[in-house]
Amino acid sequence: MSGPSRMMPSGVTGRGMMLLVLAALGLVIAPFVADRYLVSVLTTVLWFAYVGQAWNVMMGFSGLLSLGHALYVGLGAYVSAALFVHFGIGPWAGMVLAMLVAVVAGCVIGFLGFRFGVKGVHFALLTIAFAEVARIGFDHITWVGGSGGFFLPVEAGASDPLNLRGSPVLFYYVALALVVGALFLSRALLHSRLGYQWLAVREEPDAAEASGVDLFRARMTAVAVSSALTALGGVFQAFYFNNLFPEQVFSMGRSIEIILPAIVGGIGTLVGPILGAFILTPLGEALTFLIEAGGLDLPGLKQLFYGAALVVIVVFRPEGVWPWLARRLGLVRQPGEGA
Amino acid sequence: MPIDYYLNIAASGLLTGLVYGLAALGLSVIFGVVRVVNFAHGEMMVAGMYGAVLLGGWIGLDPLLSAPVMAALLFACGWLLQRGLVNKFVERPEHMQFILLLGIATILVNAMLMLFGPDARNVQVPYSFDTVEIGSMLLDAVRLRAGAAAIVVAAALFAFFRFSRTGKAIRACADNPLGARVVGLNIDGLYALTFGIGAAVVGVAGALMTLLVDARPQLAPEYTLLSFIIVIVGGLGSLPGALLGGVLIGMSEALAGFLLTPSLKSLFSYGVLIVVLLLRPQGLLGKRS
Repeated sequence: MSGPSRMMPSGVTGRGMMLLVLAALGLVIAPFVADRYLVSVLTTVLWFAYVGQAWNVMMGFSGLLSLGHALYVGLGAYVSAALFVHFGIGPWAGMVLAMLVAVVAGCVIGFLGFRFGVKGVHFALLTIAFAEVARIGFDHITWVGGSGGFFLPVEAGASDPLNLRGSPVLFYYVALALVVGALFLSRALLHSRLGYQWLAVREEPDAAEASGVDLFRARMTAVAVSSALTALGGVFQAFYFNNLFPEQVFSMGRSIEIILPAIVGGIGTLVGPILGAFILTPLGEALTFLIEAGGLDLPGLKQLFYGAALVVIVVFRPEGVWPWLARRLGLVRQPGEGA
Repeated sequence: MPIDYYLNIAASGLLTGLVYGLAALGLSVIFGVVRVVNFAHGEMMVAGMYGAVLLGGWIGLDPLLSAPVMAALLFACGWLLQRGLVNKFVERPEHMQFILLLGIATILVNAMLMLFGPDARNVQVPYSFDTVEIGSMLLDAVRLRAGAAAIVVAAALFAFFRFSRTGKAIRACADNPLGARVVGLNIDGLYALTFGIGAAVVGVAGALMTLLVDARPQLAPEYTLLSFIIVIVGGLGSLPGALLGGVLIGMSEALAGFLLTPSLKSLFSYGVLIVVLLLRPQGLLGKRS
């Protein structure tokens, strides 16, 4: 079976670079030309692009299938929200603790999984189990609202970027910064010693270990990086939506939504999760719009579409849309084409 | 007398657990042979539940009699699914199989949500409020019937794998796919048959479940996870293990729901899962690989 190694573009061509820069420029000026609705859709797109990138560090780079990433989103969201509501600590300081808590949770799961040789499907199940335990647990923690939900105070017209309170445009740029930051971080990581170790562990764990890679350490760092990044997405979510319900935040469905962009765009690629989010979310929105315009009330249709997207992608483009698109449009140099 | 109380709860949990175990058996059969994790298992189970609800509503069929109908229907669906889609993924990486079945599960559960709505639906049976006295215990008639039916189906499944030629051929496939191919077995056909059998078994479990629980689409992912937990607790690939795991989870859920609050009962199953994964990853009755 040819591994995802061929998904790794060996370099972006001039045309690819130009397109990337154009896309980035378009995103920077978007709030000046787009209306409120479009900005909110784009913010959602960027959020999924970001958490997709965070998940990609585990699955795409290190081959660890996590189906419980909602856990880290939820921990990040609840920790930062609790700090803000109960102690008045703003999200910029709170996110440090939020990330720390998520990393500890990730490391506990990782430690249990890797030390006891819980692999593949079993590992994925372990991640689901922890997310579900958190969901049920948070339902009963009245300090953060329990199943009734946890709400952040909202003041109309407030503009306080230091506490991440402000207009949707502020949130849009924060989300954009997260995506760009995660892109550069992922790129730097992939080209570091650690990144090469991850790829080796993903492709051939036994061979990697034989050549001196500490499997346990490599995997644990992947979990730590991924959970910390994901928790940041949770902090954003808490302050953007101002309400948290364990049933939504920690749900299995949310975990699936998080993995979708990377799968559709291309697991293990840098651009894949971003492209995937830009494909899926607008399609989902368009579908919702069409249903409402048609005067129909079909609550499951959007999810049904996501399910169908998963099946279609995994059957016809198992390596994702981005590697295929990049090849077709000549956006990346193929391995062996000369650097 | 408190001890009778506990006995009663444990016995009801055991009977519910037998139905859980039957559902998990289907998952175990598929995983043991095709080596694909059926992530749409709970969705198939809830499809079985809705089938029984519809048959009960239209012609007043008892879920016990709907069960064979659902078995036949889901066998066909499972067979087609394996032939049409899953078979192409048998050799692919694990996460691809997972994603494929996750997609199918998402389609199924939302299709059911659109067809039947989010509200709970049930089947009326004349004996729904009857109780049966056994010694000092009072057991629900529905629970007794569901549990007994689960045992009958499980026994039939064991007998099929133990004694029939096809069953033996499927076991040969599970033990050594290459060897099975060498001696001339039609692997693809047997895989499709196995997936069909697994789906049929969970369809029956779904039909029986309508005696105990109202059908809701939201149950689907819960049952998928529950079946996983049971299979892993009992031991992957071990059929008696799946049944034992089901009984164990059923009883612990019942007791946890009684001792703590009902909303915490599934927490208990996850706790059992985590402990088993760590202390005995091959499961209670599983063989070390």
